Amino acid sequence: MTERVAIVGVAQTRFAPKRPDVNYGEMAYEVISRVLQDTGLALPDDIDNAISCSHDIWDGQTISDIGITDVIGGHLRAEEKMAMDGSTAVFYGAVGILSGEYSCSLLMAHTKMSQTNRNIVNNVAFDPIYTRMLGFDYTSAAALQARRYMYKYGITREDAARVVVKNLANAKRNPFAWQSGDLTVADVLSSPAVAPPLHKLDIAPDTDGAVALILASEERARKITDKPVWILGIGTCYDAHYLGDRDLSGVFALEKAAARAYAMAGIKNPRRSVDLAEVSDDFSYQELLWLEGLGFCDRGEGGRYTASGATALGGKLPVNPSGGVLSGVPANVAGLNRVAEAVLQLRGEAGDRQVRGANIAVAQGHSGFCGQHQCVVVLGN
Amino acid sequence: MKRNVAIIGGGQTYHAARRHDVDEPEMVNEAVRAALKDARMTIDEIDLVILGNMEFFEGTHMTDCWLVHGMGAYGKQGLKITTGGTVGATAVCAAAHHVASGLFDKVLCIGFEKQEEGDTGAILSGVANPLWGRSMAGAAVGYFAMMGSSYMAAWGAKEEHSAMVAVKARQNARRNKYAHLKLDITIEDALNSRMLAWPIRMLDMCPASNGACAMILADEKTAKSRSKKPVWIRATDTAHNEQFELDWRDVKTNRLIFSRACAGRLYRKLGITDPAKYFDVFEVYEPATWAELIWYEDLGLCGPGEGFRLIEQGRTNIDGPIPVNPSGGVLSTNCIGASAMLRVWEAALQIRGDAGEHQVPKDVRRALTTGYGGTNWTVMTALSKTLDD
Repeated sequence: MTERVAIVGVAQTRFAPKRPDVNYGEMAYEVISRVLQDTGLALPDDIDNAISCSHDIWDGQTISDIGITDVIGGHLRAEEKMAMDGSTAVFYGAVGILSGEYSCSLLMAHTKMSQTNRNIVNNVAFDPIYTRMLGFDYTSAAALQARRYMYKYGITREDAARVVVKNLANAKRNPFAWQSGDLTVADVLSSPAVAPPLHKLDIAPDTDGAVALILASEERARKITDKPVWILGIGTCYDAHYLGDRDLSGVFALEKAAARAYAMAGIKNPRRSVDLAEVSDDFSYQELLWLEGLGFCDRGEGGRYTASGATALGGKLPVNPSGGVLSGVPANVAGLNRVAEAVLQLRGEAGDRQVRGANIAVAQGHSGFCGQHQCVVVLGN
Repeated sequence: MKRNVAIIGGGQTYHAARRHDVDEPEMVNEAVRAALKDARMTIDEIDLVILGNMEFFEGTHMTDCWLVHGMGAYGKQGLKITTGGTVGATAVCAAAHHVASGLFDKVLCIGFEKQEEGDTGAILSGVANPLWGRSMAGAAVGYFAMMGSSYMAAWGAKEEHSAMVAVKARQNARRNKYAHLKLDITIEDALNSRMLAWPIRMLDMCPASNGACAMILADEKTAKSRSKKPVWIRATDTAHNEQFELDWRDVKTNRLIFSRACAGRLYRKLGITDPAKYFDVFEVYEPATWAELIWYEDLGLCGPGEGFRLIEQGRTNIDGPIPVNPSGGVLSTNCIGASAMLRVWEAALQIRGDAGEHQVPKDVRRALTTGYGGTNWTVMTALSKTLDD
């Protein structure tokens, strides 16, 4: 990148299984007003455009950014919605600033998973001709992915359970997290089976919540904050749709997205350069798989790498010090929450979950079942 | 924008109420292949793919994920945008920004809708607020009925004027081989068509079409080396709006509204004051006849309350001094996610001189397009033949 784009502010709601006190517009307003207050910026003058991430089907409203147009500053101005994971908003927002069209952009992702039924929403993401009537949802598809991954690389349920134990312990230090606790591997293994080999604690709980974030050009960023976090690299990639067309134990899209992001950031060896990662662990085993895809360990080594303690809060490469998605972050919001948590770490504002001496962080998000579309963001302070 | 951006290729499917011969990925693939052929390019050369589509219309969540092979996006970077009726134009804007950013040289953008898969009226009623608006939502027809009746009451226009727009659109569509409603109709036919919600009759409304449009945008170096007739994107602007606006279609309002705000900013970017002279052709998003008359006024092609005089005098006909929608427009073809992109692509064809039978009979160097959707949202795009225009 010839010019640099910075993240100058973040705000998140506390995540909770049900927010009957607010509609999604009001929930969005909570984080938008807070991020504006924190950065000292005001709508409409200081913000050039807004990008939101949500889905009509989750929101139960056609063109659902209508429900947030006012609170996000869309009155007679540029306001766009992406129907993807929140991480991609950072990609699209950075592009808008690099194009010279905008210099300061407000990003926001929101979902109230309590408003609808996850299985139905997930099911209509499967093609209507061949696979939808099989009754798939993201969890049953993930179970197939988990089985394939465990079979191919000898990963065990215990390996995956260690991710849950680590992340929920980390979540105790995160005031925004919904779910946390001192669990044992045995607790995870003995939680009720949902779609074997996935049990209840292997699966991120449904929650309501929102995250907002402000991007700025270098010139603007210097005036807004003395702690800008720079977007060093960013990349995306699509995998195939049909599960039968993919090797589900593979990380084709993530490897490509990561390679693009690392190349842009000038990172040759992520194991040496990266200080912490926030990955979208919608399911326990996915953290292991994504660690491999991001190049933090060799293929099939995710279980052993995690068991070694390397990804713990005090480890060589802390992963999900926030507690990750397993602690309860809504669909679509997950990736923007990963970026926001990485930003807090790089600003040294992560409180009890702070990783010491963090200079380079990686945030990862995915859209579609079994991580079909991947987005990787490399950040530096 | 930091780099000049050109449209170096595009394509569309034929549009129809039923496309039983294709599923969604296959239909999108038709437009993508046409665009690649037009640009004399292979999919391997494309750096990034952008999809514009509204998931409720087909009832498929994350259409970009299902359509990945139809779009040619497997293994590529990409994203999906959903901004309602404007989404096709938003996708073009997004593609332009990706090229201008310097990160990508060749970007493919796609808009599509296969409306036969869903119930358009029900889905458009779902735009209304679930607590206060949905029980009385009247989809798009109800909305434009209020617009039409307000316009007639304010300016003294008659139903005949909307019928003139209905006829112009469908007669122009007869020259466009891809159009959906190619109807040889008269003013009487329009006035005698079935009443939907006064003053909106059947022929005052757009159809529910199936179809797709795809375009390839590139940086100046690529455009000049690869394309004989690049069409330059000179300026874009977006204006969205909140849902509750109680005087939303009082045509006499003095308040700044979305269309005038957006046009004003776009004209300032271009440094122009007389758009009717500056632009040689217009492609506007008119889901209903009355919307076209109001576009004339909001774009400044005439004064307030004079839009119906323009159509009466034939000034916006294909051979008139201010041709509007020579393609037949949205009144003849409305595949929602593609409609706003089709405006841009049709305008590009006019500038290239490649519009065939619906080519306007004059030198076309500059064009203006609008999208229209949401609750009074628009995206405008200004195109030119050369960077000096």
